[in-house]
Amino acid sequence: MRVNKKSLLAVGAAAVVATLGLAACSTGSGEADEAAAAGGTLTVWVDAERVDALQAAADAYSEEKGVEVELVGKDNADIKDDFIQQVPTGKGPDITMGAHDWLGELSTNGVVAPIELGDSAADYLPVAVDASTYEGTTYMLPYAVENIAVLRNADLVPEAATSFDDMVAKGQAAGLAHPFVVEQGAEGNPYHLYPFQTAFGAPVFGTNDEGYDPTDLQLGNAGGEEFASWLGAQGKNGTGNFNTDIDGDIAKQAFLDGTAAFWLTGPWNVGAAIDGGINVAIDTVPSPTAEAAQPFAGVKGFFVSSESENKVAANDFLVNYIGTEDVQLELFEAGNILPALSAAAETASSDPIIEGFAAVGAEAVPMPAIPAMGSVWEYWGIAQAGVINGADPVATWQKLTSDVQAAISK
Amino acid sequence: MTTTVDEEVTPETSGTAPKPTKRQRQAARIADAASGGVKMLLFKLLALGIIDAIAVFAVFVLVGAGQWLVAAIVGVVAVAVNWIYFSRRKLPAKYLTPGVIFLVVFQVFVVVYTGYIAFTNYGTGHNGSQEQAVSSLMASSLERVPDSPTYGVTVVDQFGTLGLLVTDPDGQASVGTTEQPLTEVDADMEGGKAVAIDGWTTLSFADVIARTDEITELAVPFSDDPNDGAIRTPDGSSGYLYLSNLEYDEAAGTMTDLSTGTVYSDIGTGAFTSADGDELLPGWQITVGFDNFVRAVTDPRLAQPLVYVTLWTFAFALISVASTFFLGLFLAIVFNDMRMRGRKFYRIMMILPYAIPSFLSALIWAGMMNESFGFINQVLLGGASIPWLTDPLMAKVSVLIVNLWLGFPYMFLVCMGALQSIPDDIQEAATVDGAKPWAIFRLIKLPLLLVTVAPLLIASFAFNFNNFNVIYMLTDGGPRDANAPIPVGFTDLLITMVYKVAFTGQSRDYGLASAYSIIIFIIVAVISIIAFRRTKSLEELN
Repeated sequence: MRVNKKSLLAVGAAAVVATLGLAACSTGSGEADEAAAAGGTLTVWVDAERVDALQAAADAYSEEKGVEVELVGKDNADIKDDFIQQVPTGKGPDITMGAHDWLGELSTNGVVAPIELGDSAADYLPVAVDASTYEGTTYMLPYAVENIAVLRNADLVPEAATSFDDMVAKGQAAGLAHPFVVEQGAEGNPYHLYPFQTAFGAPVFGTNDEGYDPTDLQLGNAGGEEFASWLGAQGKNGTGNFNTDIDGDIAKQAFLDGTAAFWLTGPWNVGAAIDGGINVAIDTVPSPTAEAAQPFAGVKGFFVSSESENKVAANDFLVNYIGTEDVQLELFEAGNILPALSAAAETASSDPIIEGFAAVGAEAVPMPAIPAMGSVWEYWGIAQAGVINGADPVATWQKLTSDVQAAISK
Repeated sequence: MTTTVDEEVTPETSGTAPKPTKRQRQAARIADAASGGVKMLLFKLLALGIIDAIAVFAVFVLVGAGQWLVAAIVGVVAVAVNWIYFSRRKLPAKYLTPGVIFLVVFQVFVVVYTGYIAFTNYGTGHNGSQEQAVSSLMASSLERVPDSPTYGVTVVDQFGTLGLLVTDPDGQASVGTTEQPLTEVDADMEGGKAVAIDGWTTLSFADVIARTDEITELAVPFSDDPNDGAIRTPDGSSGYLYLSNLEYDEAAGTMTDLSTGTVYSDIGTGAFTSADGDELLPGWQITVGFDNFVRAVTDPRLAQPLVYVTLWTFAFALISVASTFFLGLFLAIVFNDMRMRGRKFYRIMMILPYAIPSFLSALIWAGMMNESFGFINQVLLGGASIPWLTDPLMAKVSVLIVNLWLGFPYMFLVCMGALQSIPDDIQEAATVDGAKPWAIFRLIKLPLLLVTVAPLLIASFAFNFNNFNVIYMLTDGGPRDANAPIPVGFTDLLITMVYKVAFTGQSRDYGLASAYSIIIFIIVAVISIIAFRRTKSLEELN
């Protein structure tokens, strides 16, 4: 047999191909064995900004229970849709971080599994547990409660305002033309105006024993129309305290420049205000009526996937580990939002800023997570923006109510 | 591997010139390599080896995950690729294969999948399979018995059957399995909780994790009466008493609500539905034929806005193409004039808007056009209050202005190239014949220009017809039309309106969105085909 250089090469190449192929399969099966031996892996999707805060807890859990916890940092804006799409394919995570207002959507899509908080339910802030419950079943382990409050420039106005009019008067006494700013936009921003609406006794939905009742729309009651009239009087053709041209950045700039002394916003903006050298104090939302102005509370937490093959470990990790004071405090330090666990919330409240938000949060109501809320958001802001810009308040509000009612019963 | 290797190794181009330039040498090297040098052969083998390794790995992973079809496709493609590159004759295929594979993966698959989704009810509430819907419904139907305590639980095993060793709040231990209701027993206690019992093996946490599937299913009846509920353990250490309020009858395909007695059955709509039309969600994904297309054109909420949104979409696309083209052309002619100084600098300045990502510029424009605080009103117009983005008509004008700013550099570049390719002697000849500049432009240059540019104008029309970025970032379709029953605005294009219809609020309707995108594709394709036919006549000019 005549062996030349080229056929040798060909044989060599065949060997290379085969080796690479074999190497590929051996690594493949090797990884799987390793994971199984270590007692499984929990994949957790986490808001990219909180990966570091959770890493220590995850490592400690792996150490203690022998369950690998793999944290995957994700962009907060993508988590919900990715979770809904990927869970049914079996490629989703075991646990994801999220917010309570996703609950309606997640549960309608059947991608979340119930969680049993058991006796520990009493250890959480009531608003956090309420928000984690959907149609009577708890689906979320809460870790933080977030709500808006009034940031006051204490150098300009040293004392908290007692009512909405008092706030404006105090600001004007300090020489400011428009002392109060709140984020709006061409399509309004009902989330930020909700405290004023509740002060007039007009919540969005009534409640029953399972939570918010989509069949009981309270938005358009007499209080709602009163609120609309008040809003119109504070708008473009009135005092001008509300302006749809003021968006988040403009509001922030006004507060940082000292042209506004009161800023109705959330904890996410406190850092910017303090960095801007403002002496910030946190006040409750000054009410335009005798009733308390209750903002929405947004509760952040963790969900277990309905398709998780590791439900026992997932539940154990969440309820018995993330639900402890140490871990809740660590997450608090990463985001500076009030912890959902009462004990941790108390510790965190040693900071006056957090204490201020917690005081407002005590009056907050969970933002409805029921799917009907989607129909409300669709029309709510544009109606409020219309009223601020001079549309007839009562007629606009009545049209809002009938549009929402029609969309819900569709 | 019996394949023989190409024999023609003689370099073809080396040594033809006495002193080859650098480029010639480079070309010679490439030609050498292409004709099958030993190094090239080795490289080819190594590259194919890597590809095969990846393919083998992928097949193992896919088979492991039970994806037989995809595994088969990967295998067939890998074999085909090897066959093509080891063959001596398949030269055209060697060039085409990589492109075709990428085309199939990134284009054909996406288009076919969108087409498929358009015929399903995929969306909120119809997200997965029926099996998943059933297990999700059953899981959420479990309700904890009111005022029932937390039980300490230890998972135990007897001859492969799992049981729960339950400690009630009084410290009494009892054991049971799925078949056998709880019976009181004497157990070894540790810290007030029963941890072990004779005849049973206590599972460690690692064992519990390893048998998660069985434990998730494990429900130990509290007593002989099923209405007392069953104990389940979500985390392997605490147990709770649950009652289920749904019952699934697999044979009949029905769900029964045990508290009201309502029967929900599978009536082929992708969800369990009661006699009076109430649906239990989640449902599951099914194919629905042309339902989505019918809904897309008959939706009563859309009837009124659809007309003006369609008209505005056409107006937006046509005006955008025309304005960007003529501005680009004008500037190209101006900057093509040899008498102008600093042309290179101006040209670079002109292309800048094209270099900035369009959504970024759209956001900046949105800020500049703010009525009370924007740069344009405050600084440029000295405190005017022009409602750039909030008045229905002004918003349309603003969108067109911004799109002009974003789009003209592209047309400028294209026209510049096309103008430079028109020979100067044509212009000279026309001037000698006594033609005026405008006539030269209109009768000679423009037609010649259109030969090359017309297809690009059609492409630009198709692009602007679906110009989601600019609208979404600049106005988000606003100002809102308060009279419309859906949240549509005066600057919404078809594509942004579809986005709002399919994805507003908390519902995602992927089926409907896919159907719309197919309809929009058909509109654009028909217009493009007609336009291409007409521009063919231009080609006869050359």
